[in-house]
This record gives sequence, C-alpha cells and structure tokens, in this order.
Amino acid sequence: MSDQTLPETEAPGIRQARPGRLTSLLHGSETLRGLSLLSPTLLFMSIMILLPFAILLVMSFWTPVGFEFDTTPTLNNYREAMERPIYGALLERSLRMSGIATVATVILCYPMAYYVAFHVHRNKMMWIVLMTLPFWTSYLLRVFAWKVVLGYEGVINSALISVGVIEKPLEFLLYSQSAVIITLAHAWAAFAILPLYVSLEKIDRSLLEAATDLGDGPVMRFLRVTLPLSLPGVISASLLIFIPTTGDYITPALLGGPDGAMIGNLIQKQFGPINDWPMGATLSIILMLAIAFICAVFILLTLFVRKRIS
Amino acid sequence: MSSDTYIKRPNRPLQLYAVIFLIALYAPVLFLPLFSFNDSLYVRFPLKEFTFKWYVELFQREPVWNALMNSVRIGVVVAVLSTAMGIFAAKAITRYRIPGRGTLVGFIMLPLVVPLIIFGVALLVLLSQLGVPLSLYTVAIGHMIICLPFSVATLIPRFEGFDRAIEEASADLGENAWWTFWRVTFPMVFPGVVASLMLTFTVSFDEFIMAFFLSGTQPTLPMYIWGQLRFPQEFPSILALASMIIAMSFVLVFLGQWINRGAQPGAVKGHDT
Repeated sequence: MSDQTLPETEAPGIRQARPGRLTSLLHGSETLRGLSLLSPTLLFMSIMILLPFAILLVMSFWTPVGFEFDTTPTLNNYREAMERPIYGALLERSLRMSGIATVATVILCYPMAYYVAFHVHRNKMMWIVLMTLPFWTSYLLRVFAWKVVLGYEGVINSALISVGVIEKPLEFLLYSQSAVIITLAHAWAAFAILPLYVSLEKIDRSLLEAATDLGDGPVMRFLRVTLPLSLPGVISASLLIFIPTTGDYITPALLGGPDGAMIGNLIQKQFGPINDWPMGATLSIILMLAIAFICAVFILLTLFVRKRIS
Repeated sequence: MSSDTYIKRPNRPLQLYAVIFLIALYAPVLFLPLFSFNDSLYVRFPLKEFTFKWYVELFQREPVWNALMNSVRIGVVVAVLSTAMGIFAAKAITRYRIPGRGTLVGFIMLPLVVPLIIFGVALLVLLSQLGVPLSLYTVAIGHMIICLPFSVATLIPRFEGFDRAIEEASADLGENAWWTFWRVTFPMVFPGVVASLMLTFTVSFDEFIMAFFLSGTQPTLPMYIWGQLRFPQEFPSILALASMIIAMSFVLVFLGQWINRGAQPGAVKGHDT
C-alpha cells in the first residue's frame, strides 16, 4: 500500500535535487534510500494496521446470520448501540474511570519526574530505569499481583485482620471501580513519568534563576515558569495513559467484577460468548471515535488555556 | 552564587516522596514471590512455613513446559524480526531526510497507544475473513505489531547518538555502503541492537491480549496462566510461575537497559514532535 504511493510522491523532489545524473539518482538520493530502508517496516505496519482497521470498519455495517454474515451494509448496529442504554453506560463509565486514573497518575508521577529531573545529579539513568522497569514486565502478572493484594483474603485484608484493625474483610477492595482505577494508575505510571521527565529536563535552568532574581518565591516560580513549560509533557502523559486505559481488558476482567466492567470487556464478549462480531466491530469503532473526540477536545482546551495565560 | 545552588539544594520532602513512590511501584509485584514460598493454599497473612513445593510441582507439569516452549519460540522469532526491521527503520529515520518523517514515526509508534484490544479484534477479523487459521504464527504477527515500535524507539537514540562523520570517513576511505554498515555502523549501534532483542523478547514473552484473541489451540505461557486463574487451588502454583517470569523479565530488561545506557533517554520520546 505504502510502497506504491510514497516513492511516487518523492519523485519530483529527486529530479529537482540532482538533474541528469543517473548514479546520483541511485546512490545520492537520500529520500529514496531512506524510504527503501524504511519500507519493510512501513509495509508491515500498513498491512497489519490499516487493513485490519478497514475490515473492522466494513464489518461494523454487517449483520450476523447464524455463523455467517449478511454483508448488506446497514446502520443497525450503530442504531442499536445508541438505543440500548447498556452500551452508552459502559462507554461513559470506561471514559470516566480511565479519566480518573489518568489524572491520578499524572498528579502522582509529576513530583517523581520533577525530583529526578531537578534533584538527581548522579546516576539519572539508573533512576529512570528503576522507575520504568516494572512497566516492561507482564501486564497480566502485575494486575494479578493487585488481585493478590486487594483480594477478599488478600494482603491488605489479612494484614489488617491479623493486626486487629478490622474483624471482617473489607469487601469493597476487590471487584470494584476503585480497584480497577488503582491498578490502572499503578500499571501505567511509566507512561506518565517518561514524557513528564523529558519535558522537565528540557527546561532551561537559567529561566528559573531569572524568575528568582526577579523576586519570585519557590511557589510562584513553579507556577509561572516550571509548570507552564512542562505542560507539553503533562499533555502527552495524559494522552498516553488515557487512550490505552479506556479500552483496557485485563484489569476490569480480573479486578472489576460486574461494577467495574468496562467497554473492553463488552467488546471481547461480542467476539467470544455473545458471538456477534459486527456488534463488536461497531463498539470498537465507537470506542475509537469517542477517544479521538475527547483527545481532540482536550488538546484544543489546553491550547486555548495556554494562549490565555501567555 | 546562591541563586545557582537553590536548585541543587536537596529537597527532603521530595526525596521522601521519591522513595515512597518507588516502594509503592514495586511492592505489589514483590508479594508474588513472597507468597509463592508460603506453605498454604491461601494467599493471606500470617505466613506459614517456607516451602519450595509449588515450584517443584510446577516443573512436573507437561502443559507448563509446552506453553513455555511456545512462548520462547514466538519470542525469539519476534525479537529477531522486529529488531532487524527496527535497525533499517531507525537508520532511515535518523540518517536520511524523509518528508513527513514525524508522521511516519508517529504511525509506527501507534500500537504503543491505541488500545491493544482493538488491534486484537481487528486482526482477528482480518484473519478470519482471509480464512487464515489461528496458530502460533498469527500470535507472532500480533506481537510483531507491538514489538516493532519498541525496537524502533530503542534504536533511534543509538543512531542519533553517534557522529555521522565516522560513517562518511569510512565511505571516503573506499568502503561501500554494505561494508560501512557492517564494519562501522553496526558495531556502534550494537548495544542498542542487543537491548532491542532483549526488550522485544520480553514484551512478546509477556504479552497477553494479542495471544488471547489470536492463538489457536496451542497456548502461550500468559494464556496458560489466564486459564489457571479460574481455579483457586491453582493459585500458589501460578504465584510460583508468575514470580519466575517476573524475575526473568526484570533481569532481561535491566540488562538490556544497562547495555544500552549510552543512549540518551530523552531521545526515545523525541518522536512526539
């Protein structure tokens, strides 16, 4: 897909750069060589991303008939998704839960990223590796670990009972929205720390000195210099957590129970036990549209606020 | 002078916060090994006797070994393929002026952000419409999609980190592009290549969602664990298995990051712009 269209658009540029020399076209044309190196990756990603998404979109207009599909395009799935309250409620709940998890993660991770960017002077790399190491290990097992911690007879409950603080296990710990939110915030922390750290690290230290020299105290200096300059990091951290967690499957499936179920669980059900693939495709498309819409609003809002401030 | 030092002055509350943060980050995961050595079917305090029996029992299970071999096979293939493609892509991105470079890099990084369940079901729909039966191969394809961005993100800072003049010198001294790559570029980016192999292997080895949607009758190790989670009596054995997998992942990732420590960490996120 891509290897057909891309070199074609580059062709005029090549001719312009070095006219007349065939060897330079073959060896000297940077763009062509770069694209040919990039083509295996681009080709693979195009086939494996764009094609499945296209078919997913097409399937969302189909109707299931037994184990086959009626391929006449219809908007019935979308109409059903709008009309039956369960779909909208689950979507709204997913967006709200991952929104809370996102805000919590960014607020909790900001001081940590700030600390490493401004107060760690030796072994910075070590700190970054330490902060991001758990993120590389199995997501499933990290969620499983939270099940062990929050369980009815888990770490927290049994520890509190053996100390004598409570007599009966706290039931709200597991299978609740709060369990899912805690686990999401914990599991995606690395996604917040890295962009926050990068944007804080980039801040020119002389700006902070200038603010101090001009009479700002630590709090005002932070609010007027550090925070606005680290805003790009805050935005990308928020998006990097919000987008994937909204469609999360493992955490609500293991820790959510009926109260904490999210849209990802419903999508999986359509492809599994319910066996209504077109509806699953429709819900996936709606989920992506909802995420894209909220992200667009969020970005526009921050741009607007930033303009107002400066 | 004083305005220079206020940044360097240690901030005790912040330091305390950082320590608590790190403890909170690691604590939940550390409960897995703790209880895996506990001689009780139930995961709860107070701890009982110390035991290895859950580990011993685990090693006697045929399905665990089969699942392990499936995961290792997929992991090795995915690590090698995605790193090889990642090398080409990272070289192209850092060395050549490519129009729309930011967009292309953003496109490659897409799987890091889009909910994996959507990739999983989209690939499932595609494969079923093409009539491709689900197998370990389809799982490997799914893992390639996740691992390629990691490979590219690991390798880009490596390629950015060294002086281009060295490659040009090699070319001036008469080496062709192929030998320049093997004798100059490759040795310089080698730590990044090793890191990429280790990281992508770990990501593939640990991955669940893609395997959940795309595997046929042969389970990967995370799929096996998922299947066992329904049975309360299997809990201790799963704790033992999970402890070993997490320990292995920690070691692999830490070694990978350590070997690759020369590359600036900031550059990984440089693609955002």
